[in-house]
Amino acid sequence: MSDKINEAVEIRWHGRGGQGAKTACLMLADIAFTAGKHVQGFPEYGPERQGAPITAYNRITDEPCKVHSNIYTPDYVAVVDETLLKSVDVAKGIKKGGALIINSKKSPEALRPLLNGYRGRICTVDAEAISIECLGKNFPNMPMLGAIVKVSNVIDPQAFIDNMQESFAHKFAGKESVIEGNMRAVVKAMEEVEVGE
Amino acid sequence: MSRRDRMSGNEAVAEAMRQINPDVMGAFPITPSTEIPQYFSKFIADGKVDTEFVAVESEHSAMSVCIGASAAGARAVTATSSAGLAYMWELLYVAASSRLPITMAVVNRALTGPININNDHSDTMGARDSGWIQIYAESNQEVYDNYIQAMPISEAIRLPVMICQDGFITSHGVSNIELLEDEEVKSFVGEYKPENYLLKHENPLAVGPYGTSPYYMEVKRAQAQAMKDSMPIIMEVAERFEALTGRKYGFFEEYMMDDAEVAIVIIGSSAGTGKEAVDRLRAEGKKVGLIKLRVFRPFPRQPLAEAMCKVKAVAIMDKAECFSNSGGPLFSEARNSLYDLPNKPYAINYIYGLGGRDITVEDFYEIYNDLFIIYDTDKPGDVYRYVGVRDNRYGERGFDHKKYDD
Repeated sequence: MSDKINEAVEIRWHGRGGQGAKTACLMLADIAFTAGKHVQGFPEYGPERQGAPITAYNRITDEPCKVHSNIYTPDYVAVVDETLLKSVDVAKGIKKGGALIINSKKSPEALRPLLNGYRGRICTVDAEAISIECLGKNFPNMPMLGAIVKVSNVIDPQAFIDNMQESFAHKFAGKESVIEGNMRAVVKAMEEVEVGE
Repeated sequence: MSRRDRMSGNEAVAEAMRQINPDVMGAFPITPSTEIPQYFSKFIADGKVDTEFVAVESEHSAMSVCIGASAAGARAVTATSSAGLAYMWELLYVAASSRLPITMAVVNRALTGPININNDHSDTMGARDSGWIQIYAESNQEVYDNYIQAMPISEAIRLPVMICQDGFITSHGVSNIELLEDEEVKSFVGEYKPENYLLKHENPLAVGPYGTSPYYMEVKRAQAQAMKDSMPIIMEVAERFEALTGRKYGFFEEYMMDDAEVAIVIIGSSAGTGKEAVDRLRAEGKKVGLIKLRVFRPFPRQPLAEAMCKVKAVAIMDKAECFSNSGGPLFSEARNSLYDLPNKPYAINYIYGLGGRDITVEDFYEIYNDLFIIYDTDKPGDVYRYVGVRDNRYGERGFDHKKYDD
């Protein structure tokens, strides 16, 4: 018990209220659970309103995770809204070997100057375009979920796709018509995410 | 048989309520209540339970509904948080003194002043003298397990019970959980057959009458005795629960205490973060332990004191300030419990986590480090301390706070 350190994969989500970063965070927890992991998915609450910056977190472990604090040194960070780069230090604390995944039409290197000297890996995915193509609307959170799974490998991407159906059926109970488009958006983002240096 | 699932602490309590299928829920269905009545009212709407849901205009009325229903012989439940609990205050005492076995799920959040919605224990610590049993949880699993144990405890001793969990940290955090089958829960909780109730025609009863001076004190003495007598009942129910699930509960949990030299005493979700610090320090060979208090009312004075006496220095941690100028509520009682023991440890207090202030594994390293200084020097220093405060005017060492200090 005490001699074994239960190392967690830690993920931080940045989004704006209403964009579904919290939903994507909870969905990742859900799918990782289905794939047999121990999970935590928790948003940081405050006086929230539409458009305000929000943060959510995942810890994914093999053994039950005891820690109940926020995440300051994440392995991976997902930025659901590119405009946050101006106001939030999204790259803060990212561990060596980790990555930052940003919803953007730009290339990873074009974004680096906006990242306060961050020298780690940057990945981009055009979650807006994927969402509009697959869902007809701009819901960038599900493509971001696909991108983060692909980049982090926290769950085997194929296992993730296999387990996704059940989680989507759980999440979208009563709105089954949107499941297929959301699943397509996730898979497309996994294919299209641009992994930079 | 158990079912593996994943859900938030609020969902877990609503799920336990669904499995129990109580007679009446009186609840104020919007802020400052919790998501629990929201999830539970869906179970009602879907016909999964036949509970009478009484949507009231305030928490004062929510508790009044529970008192009325419970006095009439029904199983009554509610859920609340923060200012909602404060608004129930007057009725908490009525429920307890009327010896009504109401179970209330409380999601611990700060009381306003300044306005804040985040986690600390100021709401239930403020209600600690109301005569309710109080049981606290570290995780979603524990709040579910505690809720199922609450009703048998409450009905056996005829005292109301608060099942407390940390606001947002466990209430809104999704994690793995093992659920019991519905039939297992129903059989564990059993049928409620109250001895006396309002409308029992063989034995008509008045509930909540004026307690004149010749009788009031006897009622209070009987309440105090019931709180004392609830201790073996809490243990019996825990043993029965362990036989069913394999999950062991008591008044508190000792984590790596057997050969520990220093220890932390703490309530709620942050105990988990503290345990992670224990694991990591143990891996470096440091003999540290942790005691997580589960039952705060009744206060397990003697067994807790004996557990603390295993070490030379303890840090007793309070997620509530009571402005006594001599430490938080847990510190006052835990340290008091040591007074008669000859081999008592040094005991210092940390106030932490107020209004959602995060506490990390690294913060626990600092606290254990402080304890080892006391261990080595035999100098406890100021026993009333804060951890994680960003204001350095009061003599505390300024902990670097990663969250706010860029």
